[in-house]
Amino acid sequence: MRKISPESDSVTGLASQVPEALYAPRHSVLVRVTHWIHTVSFIALVVSGIAILLAYPRLHWGETGTLGTPSLFDLPLPFVLDLGIRGPGRYLHFLAAWVSLFTGLVYAISGLCTQHFRKDLLPRESDLRSQSILKVALDHLRLKRPTEEEAQTYNLFQRLSYLTVIFFLYPFMFITGFAMSPAITSVFPIFVNIFGGFQSARTLHFFAANFLVLFLFIHVAMVILAGFTKRCRAMITGYSTARKKLS
Amino acid sequence: MSDNISRRNFIVTGLATVAGISGLGIAAKIADRYGLLAPDHEGIFGVGEALTYGAQRILMSHHSLVREFSRSEISKVSPVNHGRPHYDPYERLLSGNFADWRLYVDGLVARPTAFALADLKRMPSRTQITELNCEEGWSYIAAWTGVQLSFILHLVGTSPKAKWVVFYPFNDFWGSIDMPEALHPQTLLAYGMNGEDLTPDHGAPVRLRVPRQVGYKNLKYIARISVTESLKNIGDGNGSAAPEIGYSWYGGI
Repeated sequence: MRKISPESDSVTGLASQVPEALYAPRHSVLVRVTHWIHTVSFIALVVSGIAILLAYPRLHWGETGTLGTPSLFDLPLPFVLDLGIRGPGRYLHFLAAWVSLFTGLVYAISGLCTQHFRKDLLPRESDLRSQSILKVALDHLRLKRPTEEEAQTYNLFQRLSYLTVIFFLYPFMFITGFAMSPAITSVFPIFVNIFGGFQSARTLHFFAANFLVLFLFIHVAMVILAGFTKRCRAMITGYSTARKKLS
Repeated sequence: MSDNISRRNFIVTGLATVAGISGLGIAAKIADRYGLLAPDHEGIFGVGEALTYGAQRILMSHHSLVREFSRSEISKVSPVNHGRPHYDPYERLLSGNFADWRLYVDGLVARPTAFALADLKRMPSRTQITELNCEEGWSYIAAWTGVQLSFILHLVGTSPKAKWVVFYPFNDFWGSIDMPEALHPQTLLAYGMNGEDLTPDHGAPVRLRVPRQVGYKNLKYIARISVTESLKNIGDGNGSAAPEIGYSWYGGI
């Protein structure tokens, strides 16, 4: 392997061709790896979650609820009991939840250590000026494609929605999930008591999952708007443009 | 040079994979020794099961009691998914009000015993108002009365080698629980529900009540209980009929 130093001719030559390749990647290796593992586990959780939900697509509030008792909300979905999707769905749901938990912990701990959250996700002072907020809002309303420069950082809406997902919706999914486990609540009854009962926790788990799916749709739509190939490449290789081999 | 790198990469990746797999194998052995390995731990889904069961077993090892509710919270509706077995021996016992029913307790015990329903009812009873959570999503609260399974196990004298308690009901849905679950104070052999005898559809004469696990672990129509050291040669070795139809053996969620 050849050593690369700023003085090296070949590097100066390359720099004029693909300058971006010499800078820090748009996304760190850790963010890229956890992003895609998480993509897989999230899709698995949604699909298996639907398989579980379809056994009883009614939502209650409080501790208990069955057929023959009033519901909070009857989802316009069929009761699917005989298809054999729920057993494997449950196995998959809890396996994917473990993957999601481990990935999430690695991401969260490293994000705190590297100050990724503080530097890249916490809104900057300049983001919070009314003029800047207005510009971002108008850009979104007009579905304006971000410039390559704008795509190098997150805008205010991205920052706020990512922070909400990472520090509120995700932990909330886990806590409402724990609240539905009779084993976990036998040790920590607080998990279920703060929601006012098992059925309330189940209902909240469902609605929070809907917000996450909504987030996914908007996220993918925005990626398409910003240039699907470039943005995906940035999340895979770290760079939004094709990279020349350095050696 | 790059050949060297790829060879090094190859060796490192290979070693890491071997270390990873043997590490998992060792972890599984250790987990098994401490009673932390679910019987249905094989296959890709088994990884999730092994993690869930192991983690919850450790979590529950110190203090773990499900919530008990007040009389006013008892649900008016208590649905049943699978009603009584239409099976001759069961129906004959039912028509005789279970006078001829015996609960056979055998396996790794000092004194294998057959208990009549009246015997169970003479033992110290416990009534607990707990929630039954069906894996489908619905739940209800009821008062269950019965004898603690630990009481029966002490009577028959389980061997120190015993690790699992297997339940054989009058239908095909057999199952098992581990020793800590069997000895847990809230684990009952219930013969009463909401102040009356258990109805046939709710599992008469006796059902297992393990409130720390979801509904389907609370086996109904129990005929025989067997204490064992290993589940390997029972059924297909997964500890219950549930994995055969795609459900996990462990139901703590």
